[in-house]
Amino acid sequence: MSVLKMTDIHKSFSGVSVLRGVHLTVQSGEVVGLLGENGAGKSTLMKILTGEYRADSGEITLDGQSVSLDSIHRAKQLGFGMIHQELNLFQNLSIAENFLIGNEHHFNHSGFVNYRQLNERVKQILQLVNLQRTPTELLSSLGVGEQQLVEIGKSLLQKVRFLAMDEPTSALSQAETERLFQIIQSLCEQGVGVIYISHRLDELFHITHRVTVLRDGKFIATKPVQETNEEELVSLMVGRSIEDRYPTVHVNPGPIVMKTVGLQTAFVKNVDLTVCAGEIVGLGGLMGSGRTEVARALTGVDRVTSGHLQYMGNPIQLRSPQEAIRAGIAYVTEDRKELGLVLPFSLRANVSLPTLPARTRFGLVQRDVERDFARDVVEMLHIKVHDIEDPVESLSGGNQQKVVLAKWLAQKPSLFVLDEPTRGVDVGAKQEIYQLMNELKQQGKAILLISSDLPELLAMSDRVYVMHEGHLQGELPKQLVTEEAVMRLATGGSM
Amino acid sequence: MERFGAVIRRYHLGPLIGLVILLFVLSVLSHQFFTFGNLRNVALQTSVNALLAVGMTFVILTAGIDLSVGSSLALSSAISAGLMASHLNVWLSALVGIAVGAACGLLNGVFVAYARLAPFIVTLGTMTLYRGLTEIYTNGNPIFNLPNGFSNFGSGSVLSIPIPVILAALVFILGWITLHRSTYGRRIYAIGGNERVAYLAGVPVKKYLVSVYVISGVLASIAGLVLTSRLSSAEPTAGTGYELDAITAVVLGGTSLFGGEGAILGTLVGALILGVISNGLNLLNVNSFYQDAIKGLIILAAIMLDRKKANSR
Repeated sequence: MSVLKMTDIHKSFSGVSVLRGVHLTVQSGEVVGLLGENGAGKSTLMKILTGEYRADSGEITLDGQSVSLDSIHRAKQLGFGMIHQELNLFQNLSIAENFLIGNEHHFNHSGFVNYRQLNERVKQILQLVNLQRTPTELLSSLGVGEQQLVEIGKSLLQKVRFLAMDEPTSALSQAETERLFQIIQSLCEQGVGVIYISHRLDELFHITHRVTVLRDGKFIATKPVQETNEEELVSLMVGRSIEDRYPTVHVNPGPIVMKTVGLQTAFVKNVDLTVCAGEIVGLGGLMGSGRTEVARALTGVDRVTSGHLQYMGNPIQLRSPQEAIRAGIAYVTEDRKELGLVLPFSLRANVSLPTLPARTRFGLVQRDVERDFARDVVEMLHIKVHDIEDPVESLSGGNQQKVVLAKWLAQKPSLFVLDEPTRGVDVGAKQEIYQLMNELKQQGKAILLISSDLPELLAMSDRVYVMHEGHLQGELPKQLVTEEAVMRLATGGSM
Repeated sequence: MERFGAVIRRYHLGPLIGLVILLFVLSVLSHQFFTFGNLRNVALQTSVNALLAVGMTFVILTAGIDLSVGSSLALSSAISAGLMASHLNVWLSALVGIAVGAACGLLNGVFVAYARLAPFIVTLGTMTLYRGLTEIYTNGNPIFNLPNGFSNFGSGSVLSIPIPVILAALVFILGWITLHRSTYGRRIYAIGGNERVAYLAGVPVKKYLVSVYVISGVLASIAGLVLTSRLSSAEPTAGTGYELDAITAVVLGGTSLFGGEGAILGTLVGALILGVISNGLNLLNVNSFYQDAIKGLIILAAIMLDRKKANSR
């Protein structure tokens, strides 16, 4: 039984203070949630714990003994592990070799790798994290969820006493999340203390014992979960009470904007769905059930092999995203870093990318028009940016996501396909994105919303389609949508 | 001091500062260096590489590479010269040469964009192919007897500025406007920055990829015309190794080989640095065996300085 205590931690970077007196206590065998908006200082605090940064002042004690965390190595020795939000794995190596990197000394056999010992050890760990794979399999053959388990397994190679996890479920399906929670529970039973960072409040209530809230680098409160509720945590986190986390507006749906008839691509079959003007239609299902593939078929990315699309009442063929954009279809992709943004580009250049042809005169970009548009969206979506010429890679996740949305607004599309529009975004930014969706709805736009965040999908959608293994398993009208109903359909059940 | 560094980084002034230092050092070491006649010479000698380097900048910005420019140069100028020697109209012959350059680029581009082969491998192959075609066409012999009017184009000058220098300057201005002001240029940067994002934003990526190789081929053929005119003959071995000089100029100018980052002015500075080094080493009577080694060291030093700045970001 040990206790980790961080007291009055301060840290600043080139004059900007990021942590201003933060406290955190974790005991072995418990899960402490760490909650705060983007930029509240959670990641910095964790990097101090794992020896990546050094605190300017403050004290860290382990069982009452003061410890100095002056290197990553020292933190490892003490048994402090961390699972980063982004996976730090080598896709081109085997599972076992991924365990080997950074731990070579454990499997050293006079300068050679003792592969037998390595594979044996990795096999034990894979059992521990409940991953049914052989150590010699290539990492790239694993799904994201399974890779997450490898990452967790890696931290178990050495004796770990305290393990921090930064948004471990942001890329996981419901089933994978359940599996992760079981593993966290069994880690706790073995006496590991877990620090769990997440934006999903329902998860915190599900898995943690206590929650510590940070805001603007300051310690706000620590609460046992039984003695608090979502509203209180949100208001502690944002510093004001958010009345309605899912603001909705009622609009009478207009004519059908997009209709698919027996739509089939290489990935989905027999999809019949409609989206009307002034309507938000949800598309639920597990990861890999074909939701994104439906979006890709509607936006000219994937080829339609049979069936067809009807857009504004007329059949339409989309051979490329270019044609979809011209027709007035906007595709807000998932994974903003890979599919949504040109990271080294400025905000200005990013938001004008899809609409460049409309901003061109004599082949030249009309830079003043471009700048005006960039300033408009910054104001409209409250994007926090120092200068519209700064590269978007310097923005926080929530602000980056707003840029991804903003770039489709200029074209005034009739149909928005939104794929995970709020993933990895804090509560405040989420609410602003919902408000934007409502505005678009009021303007008579049709919206297809794909989301793994069930409360969001349920609250924001007027109707929900649920996919299972590449086809539509069912449609749920507003009054019948419950988490249970969606999950039943998503796992192949019927209504 | 930090602000000064930020300004240098923002406007990519690193290579320019390097060039200025080089100019200063050479002026001190050699009295002949900083004279109008010599600087004019440097500009003239740089013009061929500068033309190739503009095309190479377009290609490298899309994260590609064009190793075939030297051979495209040879093939197109051999065909132009052959037509001129057989008394076809000079302008028409030149145009055919440019069309050959465009065709060389088109073939590269189609392999890269539509067959999805690595640019390095495609242009490594066509580099040998185009050189071979040149040898077949010329039977391995230089082509002489070009019309006098054509030779005047390479050796002539306007207001004592050599015509090749004026031509290279015009191409740079056009290249600057295209890359930094036009929609086409913005989309080239977007493709290099993140090809999938560009595609999803409606950029016809394949056509654009083909187009940069065509631009590179066309500029190679124009560089070929300049070279042929200056030498009054087309050699089957013309342009051998020029692709590496062009790539060096682009990289020295701060353009990333991974695409999406860089600027055409950097390329100009890079080409000038190469030209100034060669000229300076000649003026200083450095043994030609040592020249290459020194050139290589200066290039490495320049690139390291640039990297250091980029990493400190």
